[in-house]
Amino acid sequence: MSQPFPFSAIVGQVAMKQAMVLTAIDPGIGGVLVFGDRGTGKSTAVRALAALLPEITAVDGCPVNSARLEDVPDWVGAKLTKLVKRPTPVVDLPLGATEDRVVGALDIERALTRGEKAFEPGLLARANRGYLYIDEVNLLEDHIVDLLLDVAQSGENVVEREGLSIRHPARFVLIGSGNPEEGELRPQLLDRFGLSVEVTSPRDVETRVEVMRRRDAYENDNVAFMKKWRAKDSALRKAILAARAAVPGLKTPGSVLHDCASLCIALGSDGLRGELTLLRAARAQAAYDGADTVTRAHLKAVAASALSHRLRRDPLDEAGSGARVARILAETLP
Amino acid sequence: MTPWERAETALAVLAVDPAGVKGLWLRGRAGPVRDRVTAALPVSRRVHPGIDDTSLFGGVDLAATLSAGHLIRSKGLLSQTAPLILTMAERCPPGLSARVSRWLDEPGPCLVALDEGAEPEETLPSALADRLGLFLDLGDLVWSETKPVTLDPGQIALARRLLPEVKLPANALESLTSVAFAMGIASLRAPLLALAAARALAAWRGEAVASDATLRHAAELTLAHRGDLPQNAQDRDTGEPPPPPDPGEGQDNQPQTEDDRLPDEILLEAVRAALPPDLLAQLAVGKAARSAKGTGSGAIRKGNHRGRPLPPLPGTPGSGKRIDLVATLRAAAPWQPLRRKSGGPAPSDQLRLEIRKSDLRLKRYQDSSDRVLIFAVDASGSSAFARLAEAKGAVELLLAQAYARRDHVALIAFRGQTAELILPPTRSLVQTKRRLAALPGGGGTPLAAGLRMAYELARQTRARGMTPTVALLTDGRGNVALDGTPNREMAEADSLLIARAIRAAGLPALVIDIANRPQTALRRMALTLDAPYLALPRADAHRLSAVLQAALEA
Repeated sequence: MSQPFPFSAIVGQVAMKQAMVLTAIDPGIGGVLVFGDRGTGKSTAVRALAALLPEITAVDGCPVNSARLEDVPDWVGAKLTKLVKRPTPVVDLPLGATEDRVVGALDIERALTRGEKAFEPGLLARANRGYLYIDEVNLLEDHIVDLLLDVAQSGENVVEREGLSIRHPARFVLIGSGNPEEGELRPQLLDRFGLSVEVTSPRDVETRVEVMRRRDAYENDNVAFMKKWRAKDSALRKAILAARAAVPGLKTPGSVLHDCASLCIALGSDGLRGELTLLRAARAQAAYDGADTVTRAHLKAVAASALSHRLRRDPLDEAGSGARVARILAETLP
Repeated sequence: MTPWERAETALAVLAVDPAGVKGLWLRGRAGPVRDRVTAALPVSRRVHPGIDDTSLFGGVDLAATLSAGHLIRSKGLLSQTAPLILTMAERCPPGLSARVSRWLDEPGPCLVALDEGAEPEETLPSALADRLGLFLDLGDLVWSETKPVTLDPGQIALARRLLPEVKLPANALESLTSVAFAMGIASLRAPLLALAAARALAAWRGEAVASDATLRHAAELTLAHRGDLPQNAQDRDTGEPPPPPDPGEGQDNQPQTEDDRLPDEILLEAVRAALPPDLLAQLAVGKAARSAKGTGSGAIRKGNHRGRPLPPLPGTPGSGKRIDLVATLRAAAPWQPLRRKSGGPAPSDQLRLEIRKSDLRLKRYQDSSDRVLIFAVDASGSSAFARLAEAKGAVELLLAQAYARRDHVALIAFRGQTAELILPPTRSLVQTKRRLAALPGGGGTPLAAGLRMAYELARQTRARGMTPTVALLTDGRGNVALDGTPNREMAEADSLLIARAIRAAGLPALVIDIANRPQTALRRMALTLDAPYLALPRADAHRLSAVLQAALEA
């Protein structure tokens, strides 16, 4: 069972899978927030995504996964000369991780045993060019959230502590998951996630039985099961790679830009980030669908996940912001 | 199965396939009964809720590293898959439960959580409760019903050999899934764990195909408790229609006339008030329930201030502790010549520092969080007539204490149609006192509007890194809805809705009943808010504020 559960074998949860595929096509969309009940496959999907993603080329031994030899930060002591293929990093940020572990800190071991002042990179360094996964993101401590907000925005991690002055690139796609009953996210952090999806347990017995059947096969008949799904996973990987190549060549008509703006105005979403993310996600969706022009249909397909977390909160709205987006979407873009 | 047979069966399942069922949630106080169960566990390593990251994940073994002169790493408990016991699991903080959950998601490990929760609220964090397959409640078991558990090692070994071959009846998967669904268990982990337990139990009983009884027993051990997981229970609570109004409160049916009878804009002098002595004890109970809640987001909060640095302390660096290099070097300095002499390094290495574990010093900060007390005071006609003055007296005394502790204070008054922010969060005592004294009374009771403003203010202050607490002082006869219309039903529904939002946001609250007689509606509101409820009888204002202080210390 060394291989994670295959991404394509996850039953249902279409919105979550779509959002993850879109960020794989265009990391610039800026992350996915998955909110929902326990045991709905949030963690499974993230682990599966890691296995699905194409490999990256990186300098062997570089703590920040630099793509080229000249990009290796100068604080990396050893001389690195080799380029290797490695899986896209998917780094877990555990709750209660200390600041030292997240941003990196003075390497105490080397300081004490060899008397050297060296930097020990943290999780942000390891997540560069990959994914940073935070389970129970709504329970994350405030000072870690502050750190993340800054780094997620600037794409650079600056460490000024214990006599160290170090900076390194930290460009990653944030994936957060959590259960909204246990606490809410600060709007600033919400905003950093490009897309947000809500997952719920399947409501009908047939779907649930199918989930159990696949999971059971994965655990007890692993070889046959993986063989069955590997083909689907690699087809999906190819589609992602093709879409990545197609995104720059897409045509974006002015009418789509107009649609984006009018939708965001109608929803009253804060800031311009909503429009930009909406457009990026729509482009990624269009590329994934194999279209050469972004259309209103693509916009509609991604609007709920790109905008629902950017609305002003209404404590009395129990239906959820997803319903609000759907309603206004139907009104604004018939 | 009798309760004790259930315990024996669970232990057998755990022994046969610990990795499959992921573990056991054992609820019960420490005692001979629990000892009988734990004696049969195949687990020996124990962790406690306060364990640090180095012990969990491994790290540098400083003592060994320093004496050897090269890096020696210690092995963490979670870097292996051997089973663990988590003691006092009801105290497990969310950070630890998230880490252990992730460890449990890997194939192999198994956890036994010993939950000694006394109250229903004191329980295992739901992240763990969801992942552990088996559940046993020893609460109802008496010693005479129990007997020593002996699991025959031969039978265990045989069952383990048999386990991969065990088949389940064709419809087992469907029936377990639909049973779980019918019980309202949302998580899809539950039926999977039930399947694993059924396989293990069939292997233990030597069945090639699991029998119906085995399936039933497996479901009993793995599913029965999940229908009542806290979040489900809560859903059910909120789904209930509100109880019919108490017929004893007949006067409440004419709120408008009652309000009209009262003189508008009454200004009253602060007078004295008091509380019965046992209230302090009651509050302590409420406080324990609140602080022990595993997932409570309002429980532990670190302040936005990094605080004043305190003198460094000897210790080992671990999670959340940073080494103070300068202090460490300073501590090591005087011993250098001596250490070099006593079998030190070669002469060429004379410049090397000799640092022992006892030299290590850790940085410390005084972590003080800024607290905001948000007073939502009912200044309606009905309350002004009754006890507004006493409430004012209590608030004033509390203000003085807040000032001494440099807490922020905000004041919201609701009367007439809307709520008004009389004073945004401030530390100015004089200003607060002046505004409070000038607070007029009269008009309807827009309880919902007052709560809503308190909720919004609390969220704002929390976003600024402070720790808000809402203190609601009212006589509970909300009769103005959020939109300003005098409608008792709508007003009540609105205020309960917002109370739920406050609770969902994890904001600590306190409800003080300032009506002449304790109001059942307010008690219900306090329940919805998960807040301590105080009926304010007549007595000494100093005592009142002492009680308030105790409640807010939570």
